[in-house]
Amino acid sequence: MKAFATLVNALDSTNKTGLKTEAVIQFLKEADDNDKLWLLALFTGKRPKRNINTALLKTWAMEIANIPEWLFQESYSSVGDLGETISLVLPPPLNQKEASLSAWMEEIIQLKRATEEEKKEFVLKAWASLAGTSRFIFNKLLGGSFRLGISSKTLIQALSKHYKIDPSVITHSIMGNWDIQNVTFDKLVQGAYTDTRISQPYPFCLAYALEKELEDLGEVKEWQAEYKWDGIRGQFIKRNDQVFIWSRGEELVTDQFPEVKNTLLQWKGNFVIDGELLVVKNNTVANFSELQKRLNRKTITKKMMEEYPVAVYAYDLLEYEGEDWRYYELKQRRKKLEELISENVVANITISPIIHTENWKEMERMRENARLLNSEGLMLKSLSSPYHTGRKKGDWWKWKIDPLTIDAVLIYAQKGSGRRSAFYTDYTFAVKKGEELVTIAKAYSGLTNNEIQEISRFVNKHAIEKFGPVRTVKPELVFEIAFEGISFSNRHKSGVALRFPRILRWRKDKTVSEIDDIENIKKLIKP
Amino acid sequence: MWKCDYEDSALKIFSSHSCFTHHASLVLRFWQHFRISLYAMLQFKREGIYCTPGNFYIDPWRPVDAAIITHGHSDHARPGMKKYLCHHSTVPVLKARLGSEINVQGIAYNQPLSLNGVKISLHPAGHIIGSAQIRMEYKGRVVVASGDYKTQDDGLSTPFESVRCHEFISESTFGLPIYNWLPVAQQNEQLRNWVLQNQSQGKTSVFVGYSLGKAQRIMKALEGMGQLNVHYSIGKLNRAYESAGILLPAYTELDLREDVKKIDQSIVIVPPSLLDSNIIRKIPNMANALCSGWMQVRGARRWRSADAGFAISDHADWNGLLQAIKNTGAEKIYITHGQTAVFSKYLRELALDAEEVKTEFGTEDETVEQNTNAVAE
Repeated sequence: MKAFATLVNALDSTNKTGLKTEAVIQFLKEADDNDKLWLLALFTGKRPKRNINTALLKTWAMEIANIPEWLFQESYSSVGDLGETISLVLPPPLNQKEASLSAWMEEIIQLKRATEEEKKEFVLKAWASLAGTSRFIFNKLLGGSFRLGISSKTLIQALSKHYKIDPSVITHSIMGNWDIQNVTFDKLVQGAYTDTRISQPYPFCLAYALEKELEDLGEVKEWQAEYKWDGIRGQFIKRNDQVFIWSRGEELVTDQFPEVKNTLLQWKGNFVIDGELLVVKNNTVANFSELQKRLNRKTITKKMMEEYPVAVYAYDLLEYEGEDWRYYELKQRRKKLEELISENVVANITISPIIHTENWKEMERMRENARLLNSEGLMLKSLSSPYHTGRKKGDWWKWKIDPLTIDAVLIYAQKGSGRRSAFYTDYTFAVKKGEELVTIAKAYSGLTNNEIQEISRFVNKHAIEKFGPVRTVKPELVFEIAFEGISFSNRHKSGVALRFPRILRWRKDKTVSEIDDIENIKKLIKP
Repeated sequence: MWKCDYEDSALKIFSSHSCFTHHASLVLRFWQHFRISLYAMLQFKREGIYCTPGNFYIDPWRPVDAAIITHGHSDHARPGMKKYLCHHSTVPVLKARLGSEINVQGIAYNQPLSLNGVKISLHPAGHIIGSAQIRMEYKGRVVVASGDYKTQDDGLSTPFESVRCHEFISESTFGLPIYNWLPVAQQNEQLRNWVLQNQSQGKTSVFVGYSLGKAQRIMKALEGMGQLNVHYSIGKLNRAYESAGILLPAYTELDLREDVKKIDQSIVIVPPSLLDSNIIRKIPNMANALCSGWMQVRGARRWRSADAGFAISDHADWNGLLQAIKNTGAEKIYITHGQTAVFSKYLRELALDAEEVKTEFGTEDETVEQNTNAVAE
């Protein structure tokens, strides 16, 4: 595990992409084939299922370290990660043993059929043979939740640099369903298994936020403008009478949307479409909160499908009858997509309409009204653009509506996890409800490190109460909270739920008497 | 929880037991006063830890007449005292930091002294050079104030000496079971390996460590590895030590405002205050490492994105604290700065009579560490 531990350490200790790439390449040079496959597997979410309950791991660790549960809990809230906490409270290893990542992974997979006694024996033996980072990694592998400090883009770039293969080919090759037992690393990266997989999605083409003046984009007629729908971006694949729906998070979500799947099964032809999953009622896109009620359910009941009917707004065509269409210009792809949809008219898959205006000024007005349609703003796509792999600047722009904002006061703070565990980084904000305060949102991001440090000092000084890791603080610090949407909710005390709340800025110029009142905030909600 | 106000009361011991109603707190104050007057040598006053029969303070945070100083860190050695007493090696440090005009007397470890009938002696605390535990004996009762301490021998400070006592005042900076240091030899090896790795890649090794204590430890660990360049703020303290007869490895003082090309690929030690400054960004081919106990935790290492983080501390680790406390045989333990609530609770579970005490120690260093992640100690 040494090479892998070195990699994890190296990735942890820099945020420079160049150095991260260097570390990955170093690993690719040093590690054996199976370890490299495991790197990809862990990275592409093919980690094995967790075979040991984390509660058991915790119990065993407390037993060996001889510490009470409350003390373990205090340690955990200081570290912010269970696997790491365990690795730190355990006594030093007795006799260190070096085994490869894949050897460990194989043993961990074998645990599936083991009894609890056998599991305990295995884990305790492992702990006694591993030190430092290796022990931490082992715990993360056991827990099945390991994240490397590297973005997919950087990893793919490193692979691309090392193997001198185009990044898009690698992305394509390592996404999707491959089984570590049946592939070799070189062949996998070089795309030897790509054609066999019928469910294979393409990498999504992503847009940057518009950072230019509209005039600098050129003529309005060179651009295709659409609404930026606020749902779940998906890729809809039909090949050889099989349907696959991928979410942008590279998850296969076909079974969560049976109505869409059934429609697609009736469609003629083979294709890959890029589109947005939305709850649509009477031809009107519903608030994102409606769609949320459909997510992460084990079973989708008929009632749910009636109450929250899901439809697809199609954006783009990536593949048609086996041919990769991503290199055609957008106007050609759009035309083909329109044809395809008109041949297969079914209500719950429609095309995302194009917004036609004479000039940019008019386009601005369209954007301002976007929220009325429950959309987040507009998308501007160059009519001559290909369907890029990942994020490329220049051809596609997202042009969101300015967020809604409120002023709220900080009332609870909690230490973050992982790299944020040394500071109070997770905040709960409240607004006025008459003379009282009512919580409105939690937010984690939007502040600089210096501001976080300043707030942490405030929390240390002004904590009123302590509930486990949460500190109640004197309501004094006022922040401007931005969010993308708002809806009624009975889950929250305030009666509303904010979408994507984040801290826009610290309003040091404001006092708690100047924060917003919940009744006024409710007026922002669109039915 | 510190809901009881203490501004109006000089005579007060704070316990962790929670908040009281006004009435209850009055009763408690009375009881505490009574107990103190019965036998307690110590009072925790707003000025600092006070030895009642001796009429002196230990590491006070407000100006007083007589102060015994455990060590030279700024939260323990503050300006404005009429008289200072400390270990010989701490004298030049106090003069360098508080001014040469201060009235300070230095004594050796284990050199007994009597003050108003209280027998006083200093004993090595192993924290930094000259750091001392203060032993106070009055009418057969022994109290030890340990200041900051570590039980590992860093090869530079006089190693920690366990002193038997009835009452022991302990810090708890790293009073959580996640903080366990590697043996010093392994820590030093980590530093040397990192320097070797940098040297082979043509990089300049820049260590970030507190200028008093940590910097000298790093120097010692890297003795013979190459040219040691230390920031002039560290040089100032090195000279203070050398004037007290301490031998340090050879070093060159560095003013980073001047030409930095000459330090390319060498070893550089700078204080934490420079970590985010533009000054150190000018250092050519820099790889930087933070040396602090907080670096034990991955989150702390990643937050700063230093190239390396080494868990090297001048404070006792979890087992060090526990062992030190047990070895004193004390029947009463006061826990000052750090993980006070957690650590004293755990000691009580071990059937020790431990109590949290609010002090102003660690406020500077601890906040510095927690909030800038933790480099100074």
